[in-house]
Amino acid sequence: MITVENLHKRFGNNHVLRGINETIKQGEKVVVIGPSGSGKSTFLRCLNLLETPSEGKIYIDGECITDRKININHVRQKMGMVFQHFNLFPHLTVLRNLTLAPTKLKLLPKAEAEQKAIQLLQRVGLGDKIHAYPKQLSGGQQQRVGIARALAMNPEIMLFDEPTSALDPEMVGEVLSVMKQLAAEGMTMVVVTHEMGFAREVASRVLFMDEGNIVEQGSPDDIFTHPQNERTKSFLSKIL
Amino acid sequence: MEWFLNTDLWKAIYSSLIEGARWKSLMSGLGTTLTITLGAMLLGTVLGILFALMKISKLKPLNWISSLYIDVIRGTPVVVQLLIMYFVVFASVNINKTLIAIIAFGMNSGAYVAEIIRAGILGVDKGQMESGRSLGLTHSQTMVHIIMPQAIKNILPTYANEFIVLVKETAVAGYIAIEDLTKMGDIIRSKTYEALIPLLIVALIYLFITSILSRIFRRLERRMRASDNR
Repeated sequence: MITVENLHKRFGNNHVLRGINETIKQGEKVVVIGPSGSGKSTFLRCLNLLETPSEGKIYIDGECITDRKININHVRQKMGMVFQHFNLFPHLTVLRNLTLAPTKLKLLPKAEAEQKAIQLLQRVGLGDKIHAYPKQLSGGQQQRVGIARALAMNPEIMLFDEPTSALDPEMVGEVLSVMKQLAAEGMTMVVVTHEMGFAREVASRVLFMDEGNIVEQGSPDDIFTHPQNERTKSFLSKIL
Repeated sequence: MEWFLNTDLWKAIYSSLIEGARWKSLMSGLGTTLTITLGAMLLGTVLGILFALMKISKLKPLNWISSLYIDVIRGTPVVVQLLIMYFVVFASVNINKTLIAIIAFGMNSGAYVAEIIRAGILGVDKGQMESGRSLGLTHSQTMVHIIMPQAIKNILPTYANEFIVLVKETAVAGYIAIEDLTKMGDIIRSKTYEALIPLLIVALIYLFITSILSRIFRRLERRMRASDNR
């Protein structure tokens, strides 16, 4: 479903991604872990071209999205993204946050988009907040709206960029449980996170990144219980 | 009452305003001042949006043109720009002087408004553009539906200030013999040999106009802030 070939990303002289090769299949839940500055977020952001790769190719469903001729807006409609800082639209109600893209892109008529948005909000436990503004919600609620907003586009793949890192500890659980529910429903997910409990429970595969490379990967059990690489061991010993 | 009518103060007020219906010429001067201000603000806003978009555009030549324009306009006095417009650019064309003033002040204001708008747009968190784009919206759709509505809240206070500054700046229109409020006050001064009263009245009229404007804008701003905290 996603194939990454020899992906490099440089910011000036800073070589952040150093030749990543990876394939993610439909329905997989890939959790990317690693120390800060290892390039995990950049890797994720390259997948929907929020960062333009400096080198290498990315294929989504066999389509080369790094090709200049491709309509990137079309590709992004298939890939939902959830941000660390939620990035909800503060001037719009929760409902409008969800319906803006589907209606402006003429994917759904307004009434249908709203109906769908309400269903999604109920699914993430916010059926009573549809007319609220983002600022009136707690961090955990905002992030659940963020997830619902991405789902409103009917994506095939969901990308999560440290979705719980900006949350107060007591709100992490509510967001993770929505993500677990989504995983159980079979969504293809790529998650950058520091929540090792979530990785262990949900991931079908864990990638450990360091210094712009995927250093080691495997099942959660492989990585957390029997890490092979020295850098993986040292990282895990610091955080577990 | 009788004694007041004999004071110098009353005589000054009388000759400045009532004699020869001079208050009427002050009012017509005020009309001219407001016409120039409104026209210039309109033109300045259109130019401001244009140059702001050029300056944040990805196309280098557009950035360059916009920066040059803004630097030249902001780096030279508005009076000089007005004189150039009148004596050079439109020297050989028979065109209404007020219109020339509107163009000169509008072009001047455009440079400042461009910077105000640019700062307002850049003040919106860059995560907003990213989340709009991540949903598949195009750059311009995100700009129109997500960035601009938020940028307007940043823009309004400084934009209002530019409007108020413009009201006062048009006072130099007399340099090209336009009979605006200031010029009319000065004409009355030279006719009556009375300086204090006519100039004081002119000052009070400017103060009145600018306070009304700032009150209107303050109220607008407060309403916007209220919608922020809902």
